[in-house]
Order: sequence, then structure tokens, then C-alpha cells
Amino acid sequence: MKNIVPGGRMIKIEINGKYYEVKAEKNLLEVSLSLGINIPHFCYHAALGSVGACRLCAVKKYRNASDTKGRLIMSCMEPVTEGLILRTEESDVIKFRAAVLESLMINHPHDCPVCDEGGECHLQDMTVMTGHNYRSYNFKKRTYTNQNLGPFIHHEMNRCIQCYRCVRFYKEYAGGKDFDVFASHDHVYFGRHEDGILDSEFSGNLVEVCPTGVFTDKTLKSHFTRKWDLTNAPSVCVHCSVGCNTIAGERYGILRRIMSRYNGSVNGYFLCDRGRFGYEFVNHENRLKKVKIRLSKNENPVVAENDQLQVSLNSALSDNKRIIGIGSPRASLEANYALMNLVGTENFYHGISKSDYELTKTALHILQNGPAHSPSLKEIENADVVFILGEDLTQTAPMIALAVRQAARNIPLQAGEKTGIPRWHDAAQRDRTQDIKSPIFVANPYQTKLDELSREPYHASINEIAKLGFAVAAQINDNATSVKDVDTRQYMLASEIAVALKNAKNPVIISGIHCGNKEMLHAAANIAFALEALQIKSSLCLVVPESNSMGLGMIGGKSLEDAYRRIEQGEADTLVILENDLYRRAEKEIVDEVFQKCKHVIVLDHLMNDTASKADILIPVGSFAESEGTIVSNEGRAQRYYKVFPSEKSVPESWRMIGEMIKIVRDQIDHPWKNFDQVAKEMGDDIPEFSVIHQKMPGNGFRILNEKITRQPLRFSGRTANSAHIAVNEPKLPQDHDSPLAFSMEGSNEVPPSSLVPFYWTPGWNSAQSINFYLDEPNGSMKGGDPGIRLIEANKNAKVSFFEPDITDIEQKPGEFWIIPVYRIFGSEELSSKAKAVAERIPEPYVLMNEKDIAGSDKNENGSANINISGKEIFVKIKIDPDIPLGIAGLTVNLPGMPFLNLPCSGKIKFASGNSNNQKPGRP
Amino acid sequence: MYSIIRSIWLTFLHAFHKRETVLYPEEKPYLPPRYRGRIILSRDPDGKERCVACNLCAAACPVDCISLQSAEDDDGRRYPEFFRINFSRCIFCGFCEEACPTYAIQLIPDFEMGEYNRQNMVYEKEHLLIDGQGKYHGYNYYRQAGVDMGVKGKGEGENEEPPVDIKSLLT
Ligand code: SF4
Ligand code: SF4
Ligand code: SF4
Ligand code: SF4
Ligand code: FES
Repeated sequence: MKNIVPGGRMIKIEINGKYYEVKAEKNLLEVSLSLGINIPHFCYHAALGSVGACRLCAVKKYRNASDTKGRLIMSCMEPVTEGLILRTEESDVIKFRAAVLESLMINHPHDCPVCDEGGECHLQDMTVMTGHNYRSYNFKKRTYTNQNLGPFIHHEMNRCIQCYRCVRFYKEYAGGKDFDVFASHDHVYFGRHEDGILDSEFSGNLVEVCPTGVFTDKTLKSHFTRKWDLTNAPSVCVHCSVGCNTIAGERYGILRRIMSRYNGSVNGYFLCDRGRFGYEFVNHENRLKKVKIRLSKNENPVVAENDQLQVSLNSALSDNKRIIGIGSPRASLEANYALMNLVGTENFYHGISKSDYELTKTALHILQNGPAHSPSLKEIENADVVFILGEDLTQTAPMIALAVRQAARNIPLQAGEKTGIPRWHDAAQRDRTQDIKSPIFVANPYQTKLDELSREPYHASINEIAKLGFAVAAQINDNATSVKDVDTRQYMLASEIAVALKNAKNPVIISGIHCGNKEMLHAAANIAFALEALQIKSSLCLVVPESNSMGLGMIGGKSLEDAYRRIEQGEADTLVILENDLYRRAEKEIVDEVFQKCKHVIVLDHLMNDTASKADILIPVGSFAESEGTIVSNEGRAQRYYKVFPSEKSVPESWRMIGEMIKIVRDQIDHPWKNFDQVAKEMGDDIPEFSVIHQKMPGNGFRILNEKITRQPLRFSGRTANSAHIAVNEPKLPQDHDSPLAFSMEGSNEVPPSSLVPFYWTPGWNSAQSINFYLDEPNGSMKGGDPGIRLIEANKNAKVSFFEPDITDIEQKPGEFWIIPVYRIFGSEELSSKAKAVAERIPEPYVLMNEKDIAGSDKNENGSANINISGKEIFVKIKIDPDIPLGIAGLTVNLPGMPFLNLPCSGKIKFASGNSNNQKPGRP
Repeated sequence: MYSIIRSIWLTFLHAFHKRETVLYPEEKPYLPPRYRGRIILSRDPDGKERCVACNLCAAACPVDCISLQSAEDDDGRRYPEFFRINFSRCIFCGFCEEACPTYAIQLIPDFEMGEYNRQNMVYEKEHLLIDGQGKYHGYNYYRQAGVDMGVKGKGEGENEEPPVDIKSLLT
């Protein structure tokens, strides 16, 4: 394999009589797909590489012009070589592919009509493309029994064509342990060793990775709609701070499913299960649909009639009422800005706890003013050394964990390339790699799933982790101050990490604010700064809790506690709360008192929750699916989601509703913003950091050849019958004045700009594989650049100034435990935990403890405990974590039914005797 | 001149021909079974709804006048939760019948569907579903398919081997 030329050299080849310059390190299938040439394939997946298992990608290769015979080869397994000639449509090639397909189909069931893959099936596409029409095999078909794989994935094994993509994704790419291929010859079986819930946080990707209907989306199945019947919009996941791009699809007013929307810099082809299956909160029965008004305190709210809302708002907002606005990290920039506009900057408060507020500000400060680069997910994937401090990424920012798993392969991949094995040659690379991994260092109080990537995971208290971080920084650069009492283990480990980081080409430091410790952020920053000071380009990724935490942090405003103080001093009459459940942010007693003190509490939200039930005026507003908005990911990437379907009149977008309130406050007739662009523009004018969003995002006037972009595919059905039961006359289509997208199948068929792609489709490719034709090359960037606008860039001119360590001892009371928060992918996030399927995966609240800490009492692993934190008691299960330090207990946070707890803090733990079944975990 | 006289003569002869015009509605014309008139949904030989809510008819319909939503019963059997045809739009092209993989949707020789009120042209499933198999007898899709939706177990369908025992060695 002398021909592999690393490093982006271009090579001239001929395909079907035309000459092209292609990248030398690619294979023939990749270059053909990036040139828009159809070659049927199954087992090749751009993110997974080639294994040559399915034999469908056959083409004819001629070594050069003098080669007249040529060879039939598998294009996915063949590197490009100078001067080669490729023919993709010769008759023997066509015959070969049709024969391969026919043999794959001999056992294929007659399922298309009831198969959820139908209409977006890679196998259907390939069958049509290869021209296999009639079955000539008359013997019996092989059958399998299916497995119940949990609430996310439906299994129908008969449809398998043995391409091995699923195992390659689940086991090798995503590090899953409970899925494999079983049996032999034509009996191979893909599934678990027995029925049971798929354990991986990325299992939902099987739906898109599997080219057939073996793995399909169970949530979609419960309200099934074909791909061609969905009204889609480009959207952004709102369930964590990573900001993965999604496609959301609706029919008959119900959100049907989420698919991944390709963003080469962020999530690529994949999503995590929280993002894919969390959408069902939009269809929740507790969705607010009608305005409710409490006519006097201590009465129950009633549905508002006619102009009651107007009257109530008038009395709550006009006549120089002192209004306080509380924004939200799960509401869009524009909604938050609108609220700030309503109440004035000095009365605008971030609806997050004081510690979250300060930590987010610290993170922002480090990224905006320091010299360290905030990496995209792609850049994390390309890292060769990673150091994770105190974030359980798999639970708090799942897709970053997936990126780190890919980073773990970079060093062995590079070594493989040096020996002549190209990167895409997956099987050979993995055989060569075996267990070798890039240096990944994980430091966390308790065990995490990423520990397995690390040679020696470090488990200690957050303070000790911060110390380790400072020690690493000091070893890289003398100017960074170390802490004094570093123990031998920390010292040894710090040297090892420092050496690895110094020798790295793309070192990435990852930390975050979930553990609630500022010093750890400083320590992480010091490491990145220390590397920068040595001219080593380093990246610093700081994870924040919610989808728009970063964006909110960039808007002016103060913390929630400050708002409470003002309210307690009686400095406010009216409180306007935007998409926020304050009971998740502060102790119940405090919030209760705040509500008592305010004359009018106005709440805008989409779901009934504790805060909404306290509202005097409760106004339903659109979720991400019925509204447009921009959110800023932890990378600092501003991305916009668009309405999937028009909201009901009684459920307006937040920014529009707040505009109505502004009319009242300012006593003006006109709504301050005619459409979404106007809010976005005004926001940019007021907050200069955001002006680039409005300048760069295509506005509502954007057209392609004078036409809007269609939300519905060409084959959208039922236009003249969908609403015929209500009125046989077809209504005028809803108009969208806020975006360049249309609620229609009529409009432009051209490929839209990358941030506006509502669905993927290319002639011949109805399946998700059509994505590849929207990219500059498979696994590359979207044509025209990846979606999103980076708002945070490193300050390269900044003089490197290190943070001084200031680690204060924890205030652990004698005889008590130091209780730290443990986040769960399913349950700890507010919106997704309302989704039906996700709710099934939420664990019962538990506390992680070291065996030795409970050994004194006679309780075992199945025991339970009463936790008492400053008088608040909750009852939870005990889980053993062999590595959590003595005296520290990790308590799951924010799970449904759990009260707000200001963790970390000191608390008493009493071990309950026996397995008391009569007490429900989570309840005091 | 000759041809004019000939035409007049032939026209005159028509006065003695048998009449083609029938006195509809007292007298009904014969319509062959494959005449494309009113659309029905049929049942399979077991008397169960044939339609599996695959949406192919709706996609094939050139005027988009078919609308349905799939649902599943306790056995997982797919059926349409609602099935609506807006006959005021239907052009009786028969594409839906051609697209249907289960013989569920069929056009029948009945065209007497006139209504005074256009709203009455909207047919729901209860107006469409008949009790018989229609033109095509004996076909039960679920016996051909690989899925187990309460009609037959895995490997019990037509042309199927019993399910593979994946724990056995080399057999
Ligand atoms: S996997 Fe594809 S080809 Fe097979 S039954 Fe499903 S839709 Fe049809
Ligand atoms: S289950 Fe799907 S992905 Fe896995 S081998 Fe079969 S067809 Fe391929
Ligand atoms: S990683 Fe976060 S943003 Fe991405 S899909 Fe999962 S929850 Fe959504
Ligand atoms: S094509 Fe046939 S089976 Fe499919 S939805 Fe229409 S009537 Fe039902
Ligand atoms: S794609 Fe090349 S062999 Fe499967």
C-alpha cells in the first residue's frame, strides 16, 4: 500500500470518462459519493469506515489507459491511485450488483407495508438502484424471533441483511457492551444476549445506521408516519448544552420524531438518546393550551374568556408597576431578550441558582478572555490527548462523551496510517489497534463510563481534582502556581498528564460546572493557558447545564437570589417568569415566599409544573417545535431552530407574547416586532455580541429562485383530505412570516443553505444516506459550511494570566457526609423527563456510596438510606461505587419527585433498616 | 354530392336501430367488475380489516384525497385509526388500488355518489369498510409477511422456515 499519501495530496483519476482531482487518502466509494456519483453500498458508513462485508459497491477499475480488461473491485476497499480509471456502470458491474442484492433478498420478509423503514429504507433504495425486480428463489425464508430492547428501539430481526453496521456502531464506535452478533453462517443474529433494555446512551442511532427496518424508532411507532408525510423543520436539540442539530417532523399537529441533522462541526450523523427520544414532552397531556387566570389570591385559576387576559395584563403591567423579569436557560436568546426589553436590564434576572450563575459567568469569562480555544465536537473527536476534570460527560453532555471515544482512537489510527493502513480501512485498523488508546485522563469523584478509556482513572473529591489540575498546570508551566499539599499520587499523575499534554498536537481539556466548583474551572483553565503559553494550541471545553445556558450568560442580568432579595424587600409588584420552573432552582420555602410577596405572578411556559401552578396569569407559549429561536451551545455556537408546525393561536411564541405585554407597558398600539427577524435584529443592535447572528442567519426574506424552502417533501400526501372532516373546503395554507421556510410542499427544490435543511432527499436516495449528497465529502462539512455561528473565540492577544488556586476546605460537619450531585442522562433534564419513553428509563433516586462507608451498618447494596440535608429528608436507594472516596456520597439530582437540593453540601445519612417497600424513594 | 346523400341516408337508417341510450335511473347499464367507481376497503378471509395503514395509496393518489393514520391493536397488528377519502376531489384513477399491497382498497362498479352537500362527499372508514373481500379473494397479507402481528407466529407464515435457534452450533 505504498500509494497512501497522507496529508491532503490531490490525485487525478478518471471516472466514467470524466477527469477529477480527488483526495489521495480517500477510497473510491468516498470520492464517488462526494462527486455525486451513485454507487450502491450497504456496509460502508462514512463515520464507521469500510469493511467490505456486503459486496454491493462493486465497480470496474482499470489501472491506466493501457489496461483493457479491468478488474471488478469493491470501491469501498480500494484506495485512489494516480491515473486510475473507474467505470461504475458497465454491464458486468450492474449484473454483479443485482446478483448481490438478489442474494441478500432471498430471506427478506414481505414486510414493507408494515415496516417503519418503508419510504426511507436504504434497502428499498438499493433494490431499485440495482434493478432487482423479481424473486427467482422459491425456497423457504429464514426467520428469527425478536427481542424486546426497551422503550426506544423496536427489533424485527427477519429484515437483517448482515451488513454489520449495527455492531460496528454500537460496540466499536459508541463503546456499548450489551449488543453483539451471535450464531454463525446464514444464521447470524444481531441483538443482545437476551431480551432487555439497550444500555448504551446512543442506541437510538441504530435506527439511522441500520440500512433496513431491523431497528426502528419505537416512539415513532406509537404514532407512525411515513417520512414523506412529515412536515419537517431544521431544529436544535434543547436537552443539553451541546446543541446537536436535529430534524423534527410533525403530522396532524403531533410531533412525530427527531432525526439527526448533519452538522460536521457538531453532532455529525448521530444524536444521543435523550436528544432523539426526549421530544415527546411536546405532545404531553400536561401541555398548556389555554390562558388561565387567578381572579384573586387563594382561588383556583380559571380559563380566561375573551379579553380577560388583556384586562389582567393591564392591571398587572400598566401604571408604573414595578416589574421583575426572570429569564431561562432553556428559552431562546430572543425570548430572553424580549423579556429584558419588557422589564429593563436592571430588572432582568437569570432564572438560575446563584452557584450556576457564577459558574456560568466564570466559564464564559475563561473562554472569552483567555487564550484557550473552545473546541467544536469535531475538534474534540480529533484530539490526541484528552483530560476530563470532574464532568461525567456521558450523563451531562452525552455527545461530547461520544466524541471523546473517537479521540481515544486517534493515536492508534495515526500509527496505523504510518504503516500504510488508510484511516477508512476500519477492520484492518481495529485489528492493528487492539487495545491501544490515545492518552485519555479521567478525574471524577465516582466511576464514569469513560473510565474505561483511561489507563488510570482518578477518583477523588472535587477539591482534590482541582488540586490535580493546578498541579498539572504548574508542571507544564512554572508560572502557574501549584497548590501546596499535593500528595505523591497526585504528583505522579500530574507529571504523566503534563508530559502527555505537552507532547500532544491537539490536546483538549474538558471540564464543566455540574459539580459546582469554581476552582476546578480555574484549574482546567490554567492547564489550557499553560499549554498556550508554550505555543501549544490547546482547546478548553467547558460544559454548562442547559441548552441556552451560555446564551443567557452572555445577556446582561443578575442571579435569581438577587431577584428574591428585591422581592423580599417589597421592591416588586409583578413577576414575569419565562419558561422556567423556579422550584428546580431554589428551595421550596424561598420560592413559595417569593410568590406570596408578589401581587401578580405571570408565567409563560409550555408544560404544567410547580411554578406554573402558582401563576396568577398563566400563558401557554410554544415549545421549540412551535416557535423559532436561537440558542448558544457550550462551544459558543449560536444555532437557530424553526417552527415545525404553526402553533395554535392560543399558544403564541414567547417573544411574540412578551411583545404584547410591551404594548401594554409602553401604552403603544403597535407590536414592537412585526416578525422574528425584527426581534433578532433589535437584539443584535442592543447586545453587540449577538449582532452577527442577525447578519449571518438567512432572514425571512431569503428565497431560492424566488421561492421559499418547503417543509414538506414532494410526496407529501393527503393535502385535500387531512382536514376534510372539519370542512371540505381546503383552508388556506398557514403562512410563515418569521422564516424562509413554508408550511407546504410547494417551493424550492434546490438544496437550501446548510442551516435551513428541513429534510434530506436526493433522487434515488430516500433513506438517511442521502445526507452524503449534502456534504462536501462523506463525514466532512455541509456544502457551504456547517450550520451555526461561533460567538466565542479565544482572545489570542490576551497575556496569559493564570488563576491563583484558592481551594477552600469543604464544610463537612462531623459525622456527616459530603453530598455531591450525580446527574443522569434520563431524568436530570427537565423537558426530556416528561417524554413518555424517556420517563421509562429514569432510575429511582439513589445515592452512590463507598462500600466501606456503609460497612459499619449492616446494610448491603440493596439497602436504602434516609438523607437529611439541613432538615430536608429524602429516602433513596443505595448504590455501591467502589471508587467514590470515603465520606463522600453522590446523590442523583433533579429526578422527578425529588426536591431541590443545593448540592454539594454536608448532610446526614441514616441507613434504613431492611428493604422498606412501603416508602417510595424520593419522597420525604 | 354522393357523400352528402350517403350521410343523410345512413343517418336516416339510425331511426330503425336499437337504442343505445338507456332510461337511467329506471334502467341501469351493465358495469364490468373492474369498472372504477366508488372506493371501498375490504376485509381478509378471516374477516379482519385488510388495510395495514401503509400509506401507499395516499402517496400514490395524484389529488392527495386520501388521509389516514396508522395504529396498532394489542397484538401489534397495524390498522388505520381513521381512513378518510375526500370524494369531491377523487378522480377515480385507481392508482390507490394499484398501489395497495394488501388488496384492501378497491374501486367498485358504483358511481351513484351525488350529494347536495359537498361535505357529504367526505367518507370516513365506517363508510368505506365493507364486510367482504371485494374483487380479490383468499389473500391475507399477514400470512405472507414476516411479522408476528397476532395472525401467525414467527416462522409459521407461507414459505417460512421455523425460527433459527441462535444458540445452536453450526446448524
Ligand atoms: S427493511 Fe426496507 S425493504 Fe425490508 S421490509 Fe422494511 S422497508 Fe421493506
Ligand atoms: S441489523 Fe441492520 S445494521 Fe445490523 S447487520 Fe442487520 S441490516 Fe445491518
Ligand atoms: S448531546 Fe445534548 S444536545 Fe446532543 S442530542 Fe444529546 S441531549 Fe441533545
Ligand atoms: S395502500 Fe392499501 S393497505 Fe396501504 S393504506 Fe392504502 S388501503 Fe391500506
Ligand atoms: S459498501 Fe463496499 S462492500 Fe459493502
